[in-house]
Amino acid sequence: MKLLFTLTSAFVALLSSKTVLAEYTLNMTKGVTDISNDIWNLHMMVFWVCVAIGVVVFGAMFYSIIAHRKSKGAKAAHFHESTTVEFLWTGIPILILIAMAIPASKTLIDIEVLDKADMTIKVTGMQWKWQYDYPEEGISFVSNLAQSSRDVIKGTPEEREAVHEEGSYLRSVDKHLVVPVDTTIRFLITSNDVIHNWWVPAFGLKQDANPGFINDAWAKPNEIGTYRGQCAELCGKDHGFMPIVVDVVSKADYAAWVQTQQEEKVAEMESATQVWTEADLVARGEVVYNANCSGCHQKDGTGIPGVFPAMVGSEVTNGPADYQLNLVINGMGGMPAFKMLSDSDLASVITYERRSFGNNGSVVQPSDVTSAR
Amino acid sequence: MSSTTTAAYDDHGHGPEKGLLRWVKTTNHKDIGTLYMWFAFSMLLIGGALAMGIRAELLQPGLQLFEPQFYNQLTTMHGLIMVFGAIMPAFVGLANWLIPMMVGAPDMALPRMNNWSFWILPFAGAILLSTFFMEGGAPAFGWTFYAPLSTTFAPDSTDFFIFAVHLLGFSSIMGAINIIATVLNMKAPEMRLMDMPLFVWTWLITSFLLIGAMPVLAGAVTMMLTDRNFGTAFFDAAGGGDPVMFQHIFWFFGHPEVYIMILPAFGIISHIIPTFARKPLFGYSSMVYATASIAFLSYIVWAHHMFLTGMPVAGELYFMYATMLIAVPTGVKVFNWVATMWKGSMTFETPMLWALAFVFLFTIGGFSGLMLGIAPADIQYHDTYFVVAHFHYVLVTGALWGIIAAVFYWLPKWTGKMYNEPLAKFHFWWALISVNVTFFPQHFLGLAGMPRRIPDYALQFADFNFISSIGAFSFGLSFLLLTYIVVDCIRNGKPADARPWASAKGLEWTLASPIAYHTFDEPPTRAEILAESQHS
Repeated sequence: MKLLFTLTSAFVALLSSKTVLAEYTLNMTKGVTDISNDIWNLHMMVFWVCVAIGVVVFGAMFYSIIAHRKSKGAKAAHFHESTTVEFLWTGIPILILIAMAIPASKTLIDIEVLDKADMTIKVTGMQWKWQYDYPEEGISFVSNLAQSSRDVIKGTPEEREAVHEEGSYLRSVDKHLVVPVDTTIRFLITSNDVIHNWWVPAFGLKQDANPGFINDAWAKPNEIGTYRGQCAELCGKDHGFMPIVVDVVSKADYAAWVQTQQEEKVAEMESATQVWTEADLVARGEVVYNANCSGCHQKDGTGIPGVFPAMVGSEVTNGPADYQLNLVINGMGGMPAFKMLSDSDLASVITYERRSFGNNGSVVQPSDVTSAR
Repeated sequence: MSSTTTAAYDDHGHGPEKGLLRWVKTTNHKDIGTLYMWFAFSMLLIGGALAMGIRAELLQPGLQLFEPQFYNQLTTMHGLIMVFGAIMPAFVGLANWLIPMMVGAPDMALPRMNNWSFWILPFAGAILLSTFFMEGGAPAFGWTFYAPLSTTFAPDSTDFFIFAVHLLGFSSIMGAINIIATVLNMKAPEMRLMDMPLFVWTWLITSFLLIGAMPVLAGAVTMMLTDRNFGTAFFDAAGGGDPVMFQHIFWFFGHPEVYIMILPAFGIISHIIPTFARKPLFGYSSMVYATASIAFLSYIVWAHHMFLTGMPVAGELYFMYATMLIAVPTGVKVFNWVATMWKGSMTFETPMLWALAFVFLFTIGGFSGLMLGIAPADIQYHDTYFVVAHFHYVLVTGALWGIIAAVFYWLPKWTGKMYNEPLAKFHFWWALISVNVTFFPQHFLGLAGMPRRIPDYALQFADFNFISSIGAFSFGLSFLLLTYIVVDCIRNGKPADARPWASAKGLEWTLASPIAYHTFDEPPTRAEILAESQHS
């Protein structure tokens, strides 16, 4: 009874939270590419065909249930075979299926065949984040679940609601993928560890990221806006915490964004040549750790026994720095390689791991990372 | 009457042993059928308890109860236990009980192997469940265990999972061999193939699916084993392997597996509807041919689970067309059932209610299956709750509904007693409403973009998850009532007639209730077979 009361009050609370209630949808959305619209049309066509067949079949069934019941004095007929009828209800469905297969094939070929792309982005899935590379522009970054969402996963409903108001709970990232509008973008999709799946519903684009293989897919977004998705293939513990956020911006804004990114990259490389104080390294390292490492090794560095090693009191974090540098840069077994992080980030996070959690390892400078690579 | 109907037969010296050893040593098809059914039911309750855990975590956004890793263990073990522990053994149990009775045989053809194929199961189940208590936890890579998540990145307990799958596979293959041998060699000499009731036909065809598919699964898990422990790289790209090959091998097993879990249910429904419509089954021979067509097609459509793996467009087109074709024989079956009801004289006892709900809800699952088969649309459906809704409609309100319908239909024959009809009807409506509250909103969640296998979700998915969880709790509770109804029937049920459903046809109804330990002493005659045929 108490359980029932709790559930009822939770139900009432849920219905009265307007922001959430206003948002739920019953159907697929059309999206912002021609392909996603074609998919939506196909979906609706097949749906209505199913409804029509359902009305006929269930209509006959329920008519029979209502009219041909013993309690109404119905006497059973004895027919039990008709080749004509069997022929008809084999043949008619085949015709309906052919009618559905024609537009479906056309859309499928449109999706799979791309003559020429205006630009290319490489998408690399890894447990549990996405790396984006713009090979022609020389831009490369990793996109993680936003800290604001991560902090309230075990928080109160109100905290999650607040994060949701600012953007999206669980569908926010620290660095958005930015692409220009009205541009054909080829995505080269791969993985560093297990199979992931890069899915942006508004683009009608969902493609497996297979380790060791590259899949390609493309999208041409027609509308400026922010579009959210998430990993769509079970990829381990934090599969549910691997969102995707894409900003589709005007071509001018895109050019400006590219320039900023390139300038930041130069500044980042500059910083790696400096000698950092331990305090600076640890402060930056904590941010990098929480975004990249805490998923497995836990925020407090205790790991998960039998699966993910602890940082606390570990031989690695208290031993020679070279071993840890190699481990973090190149990976080992289930531990992925983190060579996509900058020298400053790597030096910071390794120093954080070696100097926090009660550990007493040495400080690592960006220059150590540069020579270890 | 060729069957043994006198109680005096029990003094013949062939009765059951006394005590627990009866169940350990038994080679009797009815005892083994009973063991299978109780094993499957306990697994159903365990798998159901895991599902309650899943729905409890999903009741509200955020993580309340479980860590994500444990949540993944719940979904993985729920799927494995329901597929390999509940649905498949329940159908083998039904086959054990019913096939000898339906074909006029004294027992199964290979009774000692029958004993062994059952007794492997509890050990396999125990090994699988024991992984929960191992360091690193139970398998957490989904019931489809895609490599390399299940190889390089899996917990140590995965090797126990592999061993359990091997054992389950042995058991299934032995069960299938036994059924083929029984049907083809033990059926009454006067019974022709096209006289056989549909449950026998569907199980005969299912057995061939099992024999074809289970060794492929064994191959897949063996390759996993060597990848994990002996340095091979079948599925590891770094060693020249291919993780997508795992999916091809898995689904070459996995798609026939789907039909292994539904064809026997088709057979069951084809018995129940004619009985309560008081009319012969419409289109018997087309039902047989449709079943065989579905079985054949099930081997050539596997990659429709893999439209997003990066297949060439020609492959996608082929698998889309082949998949759409399955709708044709499946449609024929549904049309035949509706035509059987048409101009019948229907009554709505509990087995009929379950059968009618099966036709309606399985067809809904079939519709979403057709939608999923459209490759471009599958881009948006793939790995979302739309898929979860689809396969629960075909497996819960399909396969499980068929099993429950069969239990109510044949329980009076098995136990010689009648269950409590009003209570059973109440239970049906309870289960029917709650199962739809559970799974129907999941269609909306999937279309709105909620992926499956996630322990926490964005807030726009909160409402339907809440509703789905409430439905699931109610559905879960309904099984306690089902347990009570069955136990109450066995203990306190009123004696049932040999033919409790006046219009039921089939050789099993010519046997006394409660049924003698040995089924048919002498094979039924041609006249008896024809008189008990459901389709003439």
